[in-house]
Amino acid sequence: MKKVLEVKNLEISFDTFAGKVKAIRDVSFDLYKGETLAIVGESGSGKSVTTRSIMGLLASNANVDNGQILFNGTDILTKTEKELQKIRGKEIAMIFQDPMTSLDPTMPIGKQVAESLMKHNKISKKEGLKQALDLLNLVGIPNAEKRLKNYPHQFSGGQRQRIVIAIALICYPQILIADEPTTALDVTIQAQILELLKDIQKKINSSIVFITHDLGVVANVADRVAVMYGGKIVEVGTAEEIFYNPQHPYTWGLLGSMPTLEGTGDRLYAIPGSPPDLLDPPTGDAFYPRNEFALQIDAEEQPPFFDVSPTHKAATWLLAPQAPKVTPPDEILIRWKKFQEKNSQTSV
Amino acid sequence: MAEKPYTANEVAAIDAAKFQPLQKNTKEEREAIATPSLTFFQDSWRRLKKNKAAVFSIVLLLIIIAISIITIFVSPHDPTAQNVKFTNLPPKIPGININGLNGYAMVGGELVDKYAAANVPDGTYYLLGTDGLGRDLLSRLFVGTRISLLIAFIAALLDIVFGVTYGLISGLLGGRADNVMQRFLEILSGIPNLVVMILMLVVFEPGIPSIVAAMAITNWIPMARIVRAQTMKLKDQEFVLAATTLGESRSKIAMKHILPNISSVIIVQMMFSIPSAIFFEAFLSFIGLGLKPPAASLGMLLSDGYKTFLFLPYQMWVPAVTLSVIMIGFNLLADGLRDAFDPKMKE
Amino acid sequence: MVLTLWLIATITFFLMQFLPGTPYTNAEKLSPEQIALLNKQAGLDKPIIVQYGLYLMNLVKGDFGISFQFKNQPVANLLSGRIGPSLQLGVQAIIFGTFFGIILGTISAMKQNTWVDTTSTLVAILGRSIPNFVFAVLLQYIFAIKLGVLPIAKWETFASTILPTVALAMSPLADSARFIRTEMVEVLHSDYVELARAKGLSRWEIAFKHGLRNSLIPLLTLLGPLAVGLMTGSLVVENIFAIPGIGEQFVKSIMTNDYPTIMAVTILYSAMLVFVILIVDILYGIVDPRIRVSEGSRG
Repeated sequence: MKKVLEVKNLEISFDTFAGKVKAIRDVSFDLYKGETLAIVGESGSGKSVTTRSIMGLLASNANVDNGQILFNGTDILTKTEKELQKIRGKEIAMIFQDPMTSLDPTMPIGKQVAESLMKHNKISKKEGLKQALDLLNLVGIPNAEKRLKNYPHQFSGGQRQRIVIAIALICYPQILIADEPTTALDVTIQAQILELLKDIQKKINSSIVFITHDLGVVANVADRVAVMYGGKIVEVGTAEEIFYNPQHPYTWGLLGSMPTLEGTGDRLYAIPGSPPDLLDPPTGDAFYPRNEFALQIDAEEQPPFFDVSPTHKAATWLLAPQAPKVTPPDEILIRWKKFQEKNSQTSV
Repeated sequence: MAEKPYTANEVAAIDAAKFQPLQKNTKEEREAIATPSLTFFQDSWRRLKKNKAAVFSIVLLLIIIAISIITIFVSPHDPTAQNVKFTNLPPKIPGININGLNGYAMVGGELVDKYAAANVPDGTYYLLGTDGLGRDLLSRLFVGTRISLLIAFIAALLDIVFGVTYGLISGLLGGRADNVMQRFLEILSGIPNLVVMILMLVVFEPGIPSIVAAMAITNWIPMARIVRAQTMKLKDQEFVLAATTLGESRSKIAMKHILPNISSVIIVQMMFSIPSAIFFEAFLSFIGLGLKPPAASLGMLLSDGYKTFLFLPYQMWVPAVTLSVIMIGFNLLADGLRDAFDPKMKE
Repeated sequence: MVLTLWLIATITFFLMQFLPGTPYTNAEKLSPEQIALLNKQAGLDKPIIVQYGLYLMNLVKGDFGISFQFKNQPVANLLSGRIGPSLQLGVQAIIFGTFFGIILGTISAMKQNTWVDTTSTLVAILGRSIPNFVFAVLLQYIFAIKLGVLPIAKWETFASTILPTVALAMSPLADSARFIRTEMVEVLHSDYVELARAKGLSRWEIAFKHGLRNSLIPLLTLLGPLAVGLMTGSLVVENIFAIPGIGEQFVKSIMTNDYPTIMAVTILYSAMLVFVILIVDILYGIVDPRIRVSEGSRG
């Protein structure tokens, strides 16, 4: 499969009054054509910073200390603002989290949807509005023709998010970045929006980077999953591998704290403590203070990636040959069992 | 820094002992927050210090205030001493020999030593010259600054007393009482400030008390509005509700809980109303509604200076610059304070 | 609004009753009978209530009484001729001031914390701090006396309106620049601006297409205080530049204790202010789509 995006060894820090915050501390991943990659993690794990860096939209106090972001072969980090403007909205587009504040309250939505198309393809306003109408129909806004002139406050939250999606799609971008697009919506609307995204992806064959902290959403849409913690990716694999054969204790924590129907105990497993302070990151594995399976070496050295399969790797010392065998929580054991069952079936 | 990824051999080479489970005592470790915690005022002070303009203004204003106080006791010359023989002397600063600052002035196209012409005794210097009645301009400037500042501070203080009280009461009472009080404010503010002031001064004898009263009557309205708005915002918050449930009386709540939280807003507003008061005093004096001679305030000095502006511009420049500097200082400080108190401002 | 005006008229009337001195010049030289006669002529001998009633009735008719300063001149006539220059000066000052203020504020917000921002903030602070009469004199000094390029006073050619307009405009300019900068900075950090950037728009495109409109709407709230500032400013500027406007007359009337004129101008100014506030409310409804278009059609 063709690689659309290659992020290599990205390191990003922010200058604040208290010092330098290392938000991204060596992140690498690839994005293939037509797939949906979900990036999962808590607040502060670095998910949003990663996506902003792909679009060149970092804050002014951000420094890219190292790394490359290769888009179709060329490094985005070396491009000028003008070059980036040609890419944004056209080749790489973004869907934002809060539909109530992402739209300009004083501009009719038809114009807002057509805006990037008119700029990138240099078409007339009339033509732009026509295509905007097509897109509004595509995302499911009823009575779209009459509503081109309406303002955002005349639409519900779910509809506004559809409009935001229409804005992102109108130039048929190669990469769509969805930054927690359903977090601010009701659960029922969430499902609709996710369906819409999957549908559209099939139609235009773009790749989606889906940021979320909600594993339930991930299960619905992702082909592959990358788990982030403390500014690094700790585990990455196909959705099935991550859900049913997780290897990193943090992933165990995330999955364990997700209520499932088959759970054993009567208490939800919660990961104790809070995310690390990236002003002064700990040496060793950033997760070790909250990791009940931590080894001595976790406090001293950051673990490298260990391959679990050609498509699955995890950065935990537990996978080193010298590491003792540990028993993960019960929920995880249940998943592992399912995984083995599935795979033994296919290998028959 | 990115570390080089380990090769399989390197991993195998690591001592197996290190793979023992970690002993941890880490509850505190986990819960520790790294950045130092500051109180609200400490935080604001830190932000204020970074604002160079504001710091500069604080220093400047403190110097000016200090001078105003010191010159009550020590002054180059007696500010009220009139000396008809020494009228309109140009500035003469010892040691400086630039025309305009050495006692010489242009008279009819010729440079003339006006000090000699007026038979001023040797060693007598009027650093900023004298005015039309022979009074030392510098000393008058000190007096004028003192009076202007005095008027401004008293007026600002009254603003606070009226404005905060009215705003607090209106905000806490809410309901119909609040409505009535607000309508009253609306109507009052429909009259331009200046008009009210002028009316008051036409009716009552101009003088420091009446100027202060006139300003206090008009300037407290913005303060009342702001205090009321903030009070209403805070009133709905949980901690006030908690205090009420605990049985605290309303006035106690106002003093202990609400007032400290809105103090930043009050301070900022006060800082803005001071230059406003100074301006109005100067303005009123300028059009003749302020103090009566021989009283000196910055406005009076400006007014006097204006009369001879074409021939002796320095008599107006001096108070003009002083007034402007004071107002710039307060405005910069007020701006800085407002930015410092508002944590939403982007760093 | 009517309530406000009525209240103002009433307050003014009663305030005038407390004014010291008589409106007649050389009152000491008149005998008591003569004074009584004059009082009768001026209607000052009737009971207060009656005077008040007459006063209100006259007001509604637009009759402000007869000026004490210029005998036999109805105040209304005195003032009507002067409204023109004052209005022209005021309108010019507002347009000039807000136009440049908006530009200054926008540039300031775009180049936040650079030297451009600092300079324009400084200009704004200067504009707010230096009293406008100092400005007026300064402008006269530089342009009329030293450089001699513009007329020093009076209201004759268009050129003679330039200096007073600039002097009067400094305050609106400074205030709107400051305000627009604050609004713009907030707008530029909003989510919809981030989305616009994600669309690939350039910073300037965003500032003008999205930033300005959202910042200008709150600017309307400034118009009221701005109008007040202009009224106060005009008192001095008209005096310094010898412009035959309402402000100049007002100051003269104060000097000569011309009560009817003072009252009339007070009421006039207040009426104008109330009018401006009304216009602002209406404008708000027109300009802000959230108010203009109802939230009916949700789906």
